[in-house]
Amino acid sequence: MSVCETEGLVKHRPLGSSTRTADTLTLLSYPGFRDELKMNVNQHTPLAAPYGQPQPGYVQPGYAPLDGGYPTSYMPYHGPAPAYQHGAPQQGPARGPPSSAPPPVATGQPYNQYNQSQGDMQNGPPPMTQEPPRPAASQPYNSGAATLPGHQPSYPQHYGHPSTMQQVTNQMTGMQINSGPPTAAGPGYAPPYSSQPPVSSAYSAAPPPSYTQAPPPAVSSGSVQMAPPSVPPASQQQYYGGPPPQAFNPSLPPTTSQQQFTSAPPTSCQQPLPPSSYSSPMPPPSQAPPPLVSQPQQPFPPPQPAYSSAPPPPDSQAAFTSGPPPGAQVSFPPRAPPPSSLAGSFPPPGPPPSSAPSSQYPGSISPHQRPLPSHPSPYHSGPPPPRAQMPPTSMAQSNHLPPGPQGQQQPPLQPGMSAGYPAQQNGAFGQVRGPQPGYAGPYPGQPNYGAPAPAAPAQKRLDPDAIPSPIQVIEDDKAKVNEPFTTGVRGQAPPLVTTSFQVKDQGNASPRFVRCTAYNMPCTSDMAKQSQVPLAAVIKPLATLPPDEAPPYLVDHGESGPIRCNRCKAYMCPYMQFIEGGRRFQCAFCSCVTEVPPHYFQHLDHTGKRVDCYERPELSLGSYEFLATVDYCKNNKLPQPPAFIFLIDVSYNAVKSGLVSIVCQELKILLDNLPRENPEADSVVRVGFVTYNKVLHFYNVKASLAQPQMLVVSDVADMFVPLLDGFLVNVAESRLVIESLLDQIPEMFADTRETETVFGPVIQAGLEALKAADCAGKLFVFHTSLPIAEAPGKLKNREDKKLVGTDKEKSLFQPQVSFYNTLAKECVAQGCCVDLFLFPNQYVDIATLGVVPVSTGGSVYKYTYFQAQSDQERFLNDLRRDVQKPVGFDAVMRVRTSTGIRATDFYGSFFMSNTTDVELAGLDCDKAVTVEFKHDDKLSEETGALMQCAVLYTTCSGQRRLRVHNMAVNCCSQLADLYRNCETDTIINFLSKYALRGILNNHTKAVRDTLINQCAQILACYRKNCASPSSAGQLILPECMKLLPVYLNCVLKSDVLLPGADISLDDRAYLRQLISCMDVSDTHVFFYPRLLPLMKLEGDSLPVAVRASEERLSKGGVYLMETGLHLFLWVGASVQQELLLNIFGTPSFSQIDSAMTNLPVLDNPFSKRLRELIDSFRAQRSRYMKLMVVKQEDRAELVFKHFLVEDKSSSGGASYVDFLCHMHKEIRQLLS
Amino acid sequence: MSTYQEFIQQNEDRDGVRFSWNLWPSSRLEATRLVVPVSCLFTPLKERPDLPPVQYEPVLCSRANCKAVLNPLCQVDFRAKIWACNFCFQRNPFPPSYAGISEANQPAELMPQFSTIEYIVQRGTPAPLIFLYVVDTCLEEEDLQALKESLQMSLSLLPPNALVGLITFGRMVQVHELSCEGIAKSYVFRGTKDLSAKQIQEMLGLSKPMASGQQGRPVAPQDASAFCRFLQPVHRVDMNLTDLLGELQRDPWPVPQGKRPLRSTGVALSVAVGLLEGTFPNTGARVMLFIGGPPTQGPGMVVGDELKTPIRSWHDIQKDNARHLKKATKYYEALANRSAVNGHSIDIYACALDQTGLLEMKCLSNLTGGHIVMGDSFNTSLFKQTFQRVFSKDYNGDFRMAFGGVLEVKTSRELKVCGAIGPCVSLNAKGSSVSENVSERTFNINHNAPVPQGGRGAVQFVTQYQHSNTQRRIRVTTIARNWADAQSQIQHIESSFDQEAAAVLMARLGVFRAESEEGPDVLRWLDRQLIRLFMFHMRRSPFLQVFNNSPDESSYYRHHFVRQDLTQSLIMIQPILYSYSFYGPPEPVLLDSSSILPDRILLMDTFFQLVIFHGETIAQWRKAGYQEMAEYENFKQLLQAPLDDAQEILQTRFPMPRYVDTEHGGSQARFLLSKVNPSQTHNNLYAWGQETGAPILTDDVSLQVFMDHLKKLAVSSSA
Repeated sequence: MSVCETEGLVKHRPLGSSTRTADTLTLLSYPGFRDELKMNVNQHTPLAAPYGQPQPGYVQPGYAPLDGGYPTSYMPYHGPAPAYQHGAPQQGPARGPPSSAPPPVATGQPYNQYNQSQGDMQNGPPPMTQEPPRPAASQPYNSGAATLPGHQPSYPQHYGHPSTMQQVTNQMTGMQINSGPPTAAGPGYAPPYSSQPPVSSAYSAAPPPSYTQAPPPAVSSGSVQMAPPSVPPASQQQYYGGPPPQAFNPSLPPTTSQQQFTSAPPTSCQQPLPPSSYSSPMPPPSQAPPPLVSQPQQPFPPPQPAYSSAPPPPDSQAAFTSGPPPGAQVSFPPRAPPPSSLAGSFPPPGPPPSSAPSSQYPGSISPHQRPLPSHPSPYHSGPPPPRAQMPPTSMAQSNHLPPGPQGQQQPPLQPGMSAGYPAQQNGAFGQVRGPQPGYAGPYPGQPNYGAPAPAAPAQKRLDPDAIPSPIQVIEDDKAKVNEPFTTGVRGQAPPLVTTSFQVKDQGNASPRFVRCTAYNMPCTSDMAKQSQVPLAAVIKPLATLPPDEAPPYLVDHGESGPIRCNRCKAYMCPYMQFIEGGRRFQCAFCSCVTEVPPHYFQHLDHTGKRVDCYERPELSLGSYEFLATVDYCKNNKLPQPPAFIFLIDVSYNAVKSGLVSIVCQELKILLDNLPRENPEADSVVRVGFVTYNKVLHFYNVKASLAQPQMLVVSDVADMFVPLLDGFLVNVAESRLVIESLLDQIPEMFADTRETETVFGPVIQAGLEALKAADCAGKLFVFHTSLPIAEAPGKLKNREDKKLVGTDKEKSLFQPQVSFYNTLAKECVAQGCCVDLFLFPNQYVDIATLGVVPVSTGGSVYKYTYFQAQSDQERFLNDLRRDVQKPVGFDAVMRVRTSTGIRATDFYGSFFMSNTTDVELAGLDCDKAVTVEFKHDDKLSEETGALMQCAVLYTTCSGQRRLRVHNMAVNCCSQLADLYRNCETDTIINFLSKYALRGILNNHTKAVRDTLINQCAQILACYRKNCASPSSAGQLILPECMKLLPVYLNCVLKSDVLLPGADISLDDRAYLRQLISCMDVSDTHVFFYPRLLPLMKLEGDSLPVAVRASEERLSKGGVYLMETGLHLFLWVGASVQQELLLNIFGTPSFSQIDSAMTNLPVLDNPFSKRLRELIDSFRAQRSRYMKLMVVKQEDRAELVFKHFLVEDKSSSGGASYVDFLCHMHKEIRQLLS
Repeated sequence: MSTYQEFIQQNEDRDGVRFSWNLWPSSRLEATRLVVPVSCLFTPLKERPDLPPVQYEPVLCSRANCKAVLNPLCQVDFRAKIWACNFCFQRNPFPPSYAGISEANQPAELMPQFSTIEYIVQRGTPAPLIFLYVVDTCLEEEDLQALKESLQMSLSLLPPNALVGLITFGRMVQVHELSCEGIAKSYVFRGTKDLSAKQIQEMLGLSKPMASGQQGRPVAPQDASAFCRFLQPVHRVDMNLTDLLGELQRDPWPVPQGKRPLRSTGVALSVAVGLLEGTFPNTGARVMLFIGGPPTQGPGMVVGDELKTPIRSWHDIQKDNARHLKKATKYYEALANRSAVNGHSIDIYACALDQTGLLEMKCLSNLTGGHIVMGDSFNTSLFKQTFQRVFSKDYNGDFRMAFGGVLEVKTSRELKVCGAIGPCVSLNAKGSSVSENVSERTFNINHNAPVPQGGRGAVQFVTQYQHSNTQRRIRVTTIARNWADAQSQIQHIESSFDQEAAAVLMARLGVFRAESEEGPDVLRWLDRQLIRLFMFHMRRSPFLQVFNNSPDESSYYRHHFVRQDLTQSLIMIQPILYSYSFYGPPEPVLLDSSSILPDRILLMDTFFQLVIFHGETIAQWRKAGYQEMAEYENFKQLLQAPLDDAQEILQTRFPMPRYVDTEHGGSQARFLLSKVNPSQTHNNLYAWGQETGAPILTDDVSLQVFMDHLKKLAVSSSA
């Protein structure tokens, strides 16, 4: 794998996908299926292989050598890492030595090739370039989680090398690649590199081996271990080719891995790195080189030594302490680890497998060879759980886990860590190592670990640690970013949404505005169909930018308005080609030639660029705004400033729950904070107030009145607005009257007994008011109950749980009456955006009530069983934000594309009256629109594909503007390029929206199947066309999509698609509508919650998240989980007193009040930091997240567990591991 | 023996009745030949300071379809304690309370001088008076301000326990809730939607779910208090309402150029009627509508809001070109009928320079006994004083208004009521009609059966009403007249002819016909009918002539014409002209252009207008300021004299006439010139060659010509 892909990668990478280029492979062996999977990242593979094969003979030898390495590796990983590291180390060492020797040649060539060819691309190149930085970064990441430099190093290296390029690969296989190649390769390969040329061959050769090995290892450490035993032969053999076990390990693994690494490093970084890395990898040898790796390596050396000595717990610890360095090693190890992990995972299985599994694995693995052992193994392990069959390598975790929890934990625990590690790895290692003589010494502890726990459980499951870890990927990505992301390079994928980075607009829209699923579009529709990768962009036109990035410039082209192409009407942008000395320009979208208006004329320089190119935003930037002329306004009239109308339900429920008084109180303050463009001036937004139950009450708050006047409209059947002047007023002028009104409203209705409400007329009222005032605006509706009063839009209670899961279920997502669709249309025509705040105590039919908000670009907020005390804060914060956030009105969005593709479908909160214009009555900074593209012709690789999203809107001060976002992406004729330049998070965003629209018309199950099917096709296509041939039992995932399965699984088991018993229809409809306008970062955290361990909070950096699985929670810990909607603070049952004192101010677990919604304000650094942390989380999200304190084993824990998305869910959702296995099965079916 | 003149005068003073014939021909045929029908002008609630009401209930004839009230014309058997009804001849025993009667001890109703008697009925709880203001807010700022002040002032004139309500309208209709404190609350209705009474009541929250049917009784009082959100006793909401009125804004909806403001008068009235109907049916109430322009939207709209479409004129109406006329009229008639049935009257106070749609809306007042007042602006003394006069009090300190009147007319067998003209609406009950706030009406009585000679025919008017002090009262007037055989007693009959009454009656008949028939036809009919009468001025009056009058004005004049008493009606027909000069005391002069002399001051009273006209010389003197000079004190007095007289008239008349002070050649002199007999016109001016009088530029025939023609006709016809 690694080889092949690497090559491919390498080649591709040059394009600039340095960061993620590497393809990841993961292998899975299905316990159940029998086939073991072997996975690996292409490049990584090597690592695994070593382990697996090593097992028996190798193991020892390999390990032995590794040992030295391992220790270090372990060290870094501490907990989780260990496994990987072990693996890695082992491999590394093992390979290193051997490989160095054997591989050298082979590897050498490969590397060379890599270097040369891929240089940039693959690990090599990218890493190279980036290496320096990345390594560090990467290291951090790795360790990140962990903590430790140690880890970091390890990762870093992996990443580092690969990082730029390979990082991906590394990341992907994480372990495999990195560990394997780097370590081993590093040292041993260094020489080989020279031979690199062979790279390709090398890769092929190398990779396979590595993979094979990896796979086996992957099988879990078990595989390694196990595999080694049984599998090793086969897999290893295959992988390694001849070398199989030992030979392979050393030689191949190293080669591959090394090669890659080497190659990568060499190429990119070049020798320095490579050498270093390599050298470092080369454990001992590497140490010397370490310098290159810089820290990592150095660390390594030490670690290694440590390791070597390390083996012994203490040493290892020491190493850890030195961590960083070890890390480096670790890093290597990591790669190795991956394998190791894989191995680890495998191992577990291994053991068993060794016997049976092994055979299986071998088989599977061998075929896959490529499959990075590391991944595969994890997967295997993953699946196992369910299937038990698999060699549940408990150990697998080492790789993944280590990074996360362990990393963190370990740091502190170092000593313990070792212990910790062992545990995880134990299984794998234990087994594996157990046998190993050499290890015994060093690992003594480990064996123990391994022996004890791991063994039993491990054997039956796929090691979750061995399967791709979102945390790992996120951390890796973070590590890579150390300089601003510039948008000038076409086809370059931006950092992940979880990474904080700065953007420099150099001609393409910032990823904050536009994110694409693929930055390399297939040239033909056939390719697109074949790959099934959705081509879509998630556009958030008014996204808020961080303070250090300039908002789009405002361009005024004077009375004639923006310069546009005559034919397609595209707006002037950097892609327009000026010709004839600047007198004309050729449209980049439709090729039509248009005269340049005289006032816009400018000479061209010798390159054909306009001289003023850099003085004009529209010629040099990806995002900018035009001032629209009167031609762009409704009725050819400049718009009035918008108005906000607050419509408050004052029926019995609303009054009793305290809602009315809360809203009224808050509005008094909010009115000072209406959106404005110029912070100095008062907002020009006018406001109006309406209360209602069965009838509507309008208020005249004209400034000249001493008292507000209430106007009751009971004619709800035929709504109208009773007054104009005095209804919408300027806050500053009417302040006294408004305050008097808001004071009186709660009193007036304090004794109300009216329980029935209307809803349709309420929106009509607001709409009519805006119509009468001839302006756009926003309605804030605060509503409590199902509108059953006699009026248009009256609804029936149609909630029927029995329908769930039947064919009729879909009808429940559709509006009950068509009234609201018509109303929504009218609202959009007027630019009336509706935000709905719901406070239901029972079914309110959100599917119907939400129609208008969703169609008008509004939001629905829901506070079920609203109680003033506990929900007030959340509601008020939402309200504040909703009122204050920047918003545009009466917007029309049009996406233009260059010839060859076309925007065919749109997802989000809006209305479309034709097929091209997206109409948004209101568009705020949180709303994203997902646009799907389809081919209608062939694209060319030279010109790439262009899209221009123009949004015409009215600002909150009543100015008509056009915001333009331009995006250029590459086009590719090789599928591999596509897979290398796509973004899983965005794909998930698209798929989830696609699915949620699907359930309107299809059976939910059918929708889920469609998703799975599409995902399988995507991966199968990759496997078929881009991955090097390998065993069918291996699951091979592209690096950029290695998280696709886990994320997709999260989508599939989300409440909407797979409701649990306690999920109401309203909840589902609510979420459905919520998701429809989420952007990528929203969907990301929504589907895969962020879970932070809080045992230690130091400095400004966040603790590294852990994976969302119960297994990752430590009884003694406290965790913070963020889902974008909820915030949980999970407190373990045996948490330290000191921690409790710090957080809650109480020493006893039982005294924690789980009803609290905010942490007590305590004067200690920990509490302060934690509260800051929570505040910062809240600030990041568009909706306020209420904090729920969840005590372990408390009843409320069920809710919390629901969000541990990698676990099996109570509603029947598959665990990650299970799903991965299933996915693998699907893929295999497609392939066969 | 008194003359017929005195008899008539006495009858009018006592009973408020004037018959055209005071001897009745004994057969229908004869009656028909008399041309002027046997009919009377009756003022049901004529003020009778000398008539103390009795504190018991009337005694009724026991015959179910008669129910006549015991009266002085009945034969009474004091011993048997039995009385015989003079209408149906049923013999009725006296009720036990009359046990003590004897010839010496007769109850008041049997005494001849009490042919009109008033009973106070103690039944039921006295319902308070209800005043519901319906105010147009599409007014000029100045007008609205004046109106607000008038309304605020009126509150102080109301009895403290009277209920008041406020509805304002413009583009929307707002029903103001008066009970709430703090925020002023009002219910709003769309001005374009015709709502049924039930819908209105539902929307106002008046129709409490009848679920509590069983407990309906005890709950009722509470419900009443719920109604009271809109109708509150003056003493309780005085301040509140004053503030509310003070804060009344002009209709806040912008009026684009070239458009009329949108005025939902129709819906506002519908809501007002619906509100009262739902809350206080059959209780006296007065809806007072103040409008400053025509209804321009919704049901009852009279003209569209486009200014380029002028409001209908007589010309349009004759050409059948008035789009909204029929629909609007029908709409308002329906409202008026509903309102009348519930005993609620509707006043219209229309103040605008242009027409306001009185033509369509007149039935509101005509059928319910409401007032119509027309002026140019609310900011004029005409409106202010008129409005104030609505609340004028009688010698008892009670309002000169009554509510919810039901007038029954009972006649001897020989007679039958064939109709009534006046502010009333038929209840469709046999032989009875109903109306409110009765002031004056005309009855046409037709013969039913031949009567024995020498007998007497009798007519009894039974008016049940709610007095303004909230008492329920019944006033009974019984009148008898002798029959006479037209063959033999023609002289008697002739001598019993009441010329004035006949003139007014004929004029009203004419107006009534004019309302329902084509104009020229009516004139022709009148010409035929009037051959023997001097109805010259009638022909020229605005009641029949629509030329120079807008439909609204015509409606207004006619409205008043059919409800004023005889004297006033005569003034309307033939305006009075006084002349002031140095040559003697003021003297009435002919309403003729020859009366217009340079050295005279003329005072003309047409009921609707009061014109002071200074002759050419006088005007020049006045201009020169002679009146300021001590030596011309007499001139000053001369100038002052008509002013004082005019003031006197202004003080007493309702509605206030338009007061015009003008001079020879002044633009306003047209008011005078249009009334006088055009004995001198541009056609005959030189022919007459005299210096007297002023020529009138008109083609109308002069009285002289008319009379000549009339004589010729009369002669030829009789021949």
